[in-house]
This record gives sequence, structure tokens and C-alpha cells, in this order.
Amino acid sequence: MADIVLDNVVKRYPDGFEAVKDLNLTIGDGEFMILVGPSGCGKSTALNMIAGLEDISAGELRIGGKVVNRVAPRDRDIAMVFQSYALYPHMTVADNMGFALKLKKVPKPDIDRKVQEAADILDLTEHLARKPANLSGGQRQRVAMGRAIVRDPSAFLMDEPLSNLDAKLRVQMRAQVARIQRRFNTTTVYVTHDQTEAMTLGDRVAVMLSGLLQQVGSPMELYNNPANLFVAGFIGSPGMNFMPATLTNGSVHLPMADVTIPEEVRARLGRQPEGRRVICGIRPEDFEDATKVDGEARSHGATFKAKLDLVEAMGAEYYAHFGIKGQMVQSEELDDLRQDAGGVEELTESGEHVLVARLSPESRARSGDEAELWLDATKMHFFDEQSGEALTFAR
Amino acid sequence: MNSENTPTRKTLWGLAVVAVLVYALVPVVWIISLSLKTPESIGDGSFLPTHWTFSNYSAVFNTNFFPPALRNSIGIALITTVLALCFASAAAYAITRLDFPGKTLILAGALAVTMFPAISIVGGLYNVWRNIGLFDTWPGLILPYLSFSLPLCIYILSAFFREIPWDLEKAAQMDGATPMQAFRRVILPLAMPGVFTAGILAFIAAWNDFLFANVLTTSNAARTAPVAMAYFTGASQFQQPAGAIAAGAVVVTVPILIMVLIFQRRIVSGLTAGAVKG
Repeated sequence: MADIVLDNVVKRYPDGFEAVKDLNLTIGDGEFMILVGPSGCGKSTALNMIAGLEDISAGELRIGGKVVNRVAPRDRDIAMVFQSYALYPHMTVADNMGFALKLKKVPKPDIDRKVQEAADILDLTEHLARKPANLSGGQRQRVAMGRAIVRDPSAFLMDEPLSNLDAKLRVQMRAQVARIQRRFNTTTVYVTHDQTEAMTLGDRVAVMLSGLLQQVGSPMELYNNPANLFVAGFIGSPGMNFMPATLTNGSVHLPMADVTIPEEVRARLGRQPEGRRVICGIRPEDFEDATKVDGEARSHGATFKAKLDLVEAMGAEYYAHFGIKGQMVQSEELDDLRQDAGGVEELTESGEHVLVARLSPESRARSGDEAELWLDATKMHFFDEQSGEALTFAR
Repeated sequence: MNSENTPTRKTLWGLAVVAVLVYALVPVVWIISLSLKTPESIGDGSFLPTHWTFSNYSAVFNTNFFPPALRNSIGIALITTVLALCFASAAAYAITRLDFPGKTLILAGALAVTMFPAISIVGGLYNVWRNIGLFDTWPGLILPYLSFSLPLCIYILSAFFREIPWDLEKAAQMDGATPMQAFRRVILPLAMPGVFTAGILAFIAAWNDFLFANVLTTSNAARTAPVAMAYFTGASQFQQPAGAIAAGAVVVTVPILIMVLIFQRRIVSGLTAGAVKG
């Protein structure tokens, strides 16, 4: 058991590229910390530095209070689960899991007992004598987990451990990872690019972009109170809708409607110059079919008419896509988000930018309908056009 | 075009296989048959011996120079192979895993060494070896053999090391292995097919060499079997040496055959053991 402290940690490559810039992060004893971000954001580099597989260019890394910058990986008492699992193909499952103990010269009966225990937890008992080549993807993943837990290390590091599994198995294993972490209560650093894993697994989530830490907080903090455009857009699926907005006295002009800013949002926003151009963000679930909203709720929101370009029925919810007129907002962070989403921007047939609204399944809305939608004004987020900082961020 | 297994195609393939087999095996059968003929019937022109005899084999082993030569051959070839594999695996590992200046130069240099015709250095080597006392000794042959088999081994092994995912080594490090342990217990077992391939080639090259062994040896101390076979000529005034030479040739082939058979099995099993997607 140990806490992990990254103190102004920098990773600079010989060509001058900084993969991790001045990272400050404290991972408490027994905490499940998620490092999340698009590919190339430095999250894996940060993990490798904690593991000792990459040198730290500047700053200090402390594990359990001791500075370990110059300590070899084998002496850090840390177990790592690799994205590729990195199972030793020439060893059986039992030998794979017991390898670390064997190197530590633990007596054979103790190794066998520990491997057996881990195999019981991971449901691998009948596969112990098999070679990794004869296992399914999910079983290999569990062996990789087993190799880590057999050692009873002071911390687990996991580098996208679920990304090679198919979607269904990933959900199952996600739950198992969470259960194992809770059972052993071992400090865990988990790297992923999948915001769903980040939301569901972590005690706390650290969002990174281009080597910079954007925000650290519990999943719900990040969700409800994002510090900037990138975090707002990255956390949540489908992502937050962004649109250009102009702040006027006590209300905001959005492409589809003028909305009165509720008191609580105004308090967070503070005094703003009249006519300031900002970016407004509204999550899909903060829209609703206006006919399903009662009078009380209507009072802190606004209704507007929209032509539904496409309605996706998901069973428990409907996703209604509708276009908004006018110029779309331009921002570097939005470009990063778009790139992470595959580099495509959704447009309606007439070339309008698309917003997504999550509607209740009772909604009768169909593709092509002209529907009246409602938006929850208390859930509006405002961001600076240039810096992307959240103006509504509650410190 | 997809390959259809029509009867004509099958017959054609069968014929081709038979042709290749005959082409490859007739000389072997011929020399075995020759070694089993009596001295009188050696020139009788029949493909198979009319009178079977093992006297050629006993004659070969009753000479005072062939058994020691065989011993020299086995010893020198084995030591060469083992040393070549040790050095080559270390060198290949460094070349594939580390980034150091002059890496490509080393590989190019190694390749250049193999392109040297052996005949161009053997004369100089003869003089040098006589001066420094390596003439007619085992190390005197092992050294030149090593310098020719190392580059090949390095090439083969680095190709195999490259195929082994780096993650495995990182995993071993995380599991508490020193670099040496990681290499010996994780990387090397996975590169075994490559090690055996390189080993076979190094062994065959050392075993088959005639040039160096002929020039750099003079007595039973280091003379190898291929050279010793030449000494059958005129070993007896009254006997055609062809039968004895044939018997010697068969005897010399046997160790290689055994070597290849053993290693071949390991190569196949090694390949399947390593066949795991990372």
C-alpha cells in the first residue's frame, strides 16, 4: 500500500518534444485514479514513468513517500497490466502468474497457493496448465490481471487493459476490474482513452490533453463542473453540444432561442460585459421534448422549435439530432475533440451544424418532425471563446 | 486464381516431387552403395552392390588418423556452434533492443566479413597462426570458423528478436527480473527457433569446411574429418581407396543428419510455442 505523488514531472524526448508537461498529481493510498485523454496526450508516458519504464526528465516521483526517480522498475514493487497483456507465451498460465514470485525466490508451495487463490478470484482454475496461445482474449486478460494481483504489490498500473476486448466482454471485465480493485484496495493508476471506463471505474479521473493535465476530480465533478471546453466535450456520451452565444443583460442569445440565465448560473458566471461572445455548452440530456416538461420545469428553461433531422430510438431513450443556423464556433480545443471523435463533423443535409438532444421514450418525435424542444437553462455551461476556460466553473 | 486440386494437377505435382527426390537422393544412395561394395566389385558398374560388406567401415575406423579426426571435427564444430550462439545472441539482442551510434555500421561490417573469400585470407592466416602458436590447434580452427558463422548468426537472431514484442520484456522487468533474467527466461526461450536455425547453419559450416582445416592443420591434434578423408588415398598400395572414402563420407554425414533431425523438431515446436498474439 502506498500513495503515488507526481511533483512537476516532465517527460522531454531528445528531439525536444515534451510528452508530459509539468504534471502534478497525488494519488492517495488505495485510490483508483484514471488517466484519460485522446491518444498522444501523454497518459501512457505518465504511466510508464510511474512504472520506471521511461526516465523522468524533470520533477520528482514519490511512491510511499520515497523518491523513486532513479529506482529500477523491479525495485518499485509495482505490478503492471499491459494493453497487449504481454503474457509469456512459453509459460503456462500458472507459471505466468507465478513468475514474479519465482524471481523473488518465494518457496514453491507458497507460489502455488497464491496462484491458486488468484485463479479462484479470476475464475481461471481450470486453465492453469494451459499456454496463453490456447486462451480466449478474455481469459488472457484475466491472466494478465492475475499476474498483477498474485504479487500483492503496493500499486497496480493498468495501461488500457480492456481495449483489446470486444464491447460486451469489456463491460463485464470493467466490472471485474472495479471489484478486484475494491477487494484488494490497492492504489491503482488506470490509463484509458475511453471516457466510459473513466466515468465508471475511477474514484478520481485526471483528464489530459497534449501532455497537460486539464482537470482532476471525481467523475461527477468532471461531468457537472468541467473546467474547460475539452473536459466538457470529452466526458459524457454523446458529447456536450457546443454553440456560439452572446451574453446580454441577464439573458443569452443562442442560435435557436434567447434564454434567460437563471440566478444560479448568473452567480457562477459573475459580471460579464454586455454583448460578450462566448461558447455555450448543453448536454444532450438537458434537452427534452417540450410536451413532456411540466410548468414548474419550464420556468427555468426555454422552449424552441426545431426540425428533427434524425431520431435514433435506443429503447430507454431517444437521441434527436437537429440543425442550428449560423456559423459554428471555432476553437482549438473543439478541434482536438473532433479529432478524437474521428475527425468528422456531423452536418444536416442542408449543411447546418447538428446538436443532439436526449428525449424521453414517451416522446412521439420522429425523424423529419417539427418538434418543440425544451432546454434546461440551469445546466448551461459557458466557455471563453479564446482560452476555452469554463466561465461557469465553480471553484 | 485459386489453386484447384484437379487430378492432373496432383499427378504433375507428384511427378515433380519424385523428380526432385531422385535428383537429390541418387548421389546419396550411390555413395552408400559404393561404401558397401567389396574392393573387387567397386568398378563393376552395377548401381547396387552384388557382394555386401562392411569391411570398408571397419577399415575406416582401423586407421590411426580417422577416429581422432572425427573427434576433432565433432569437438571443433560443437564449440564453434556454442560460442557463435552465445556471442551472436548477445550481439543481436543489443542490436535490436538498444539504440547506439554505429549500429548499422556493425551490421554492415558483419555482413562484409561474410563476403570475404576464405581463400584470400587463408594464406596470411597460415603464417600468423604459425607465429603465435595457433597452428594445428583447435582454437586455430575455431577462430576462423567463428568469424564466418557469427555474422550469419547475428543476422538470423536479430530477425527473431525483432519479432518478440518489447512489452514482454517490460513485463519481465515489472515482474522483478534483472535485464539478464529477462533475457534468459523470457526472450531467449521465445527466440529458440532462431537459435536452433542459426546453430544448425553454424555447425554445418564448421563441419563441412575443408579449406581452413586443410591449410591450418598438420597432425591428428586438430585435423578434421573432411581433410582426413583425403588421406585414404594411398593408405594401402594394394587397395582401391574409393570404398574407404565412400564409407568415410557416409560416416561424416551421419552427425549432421542427427544434428538436423534433433534441431528440426525443436524448430517446429519452438515455432508453435511462440505463436501467440501479443
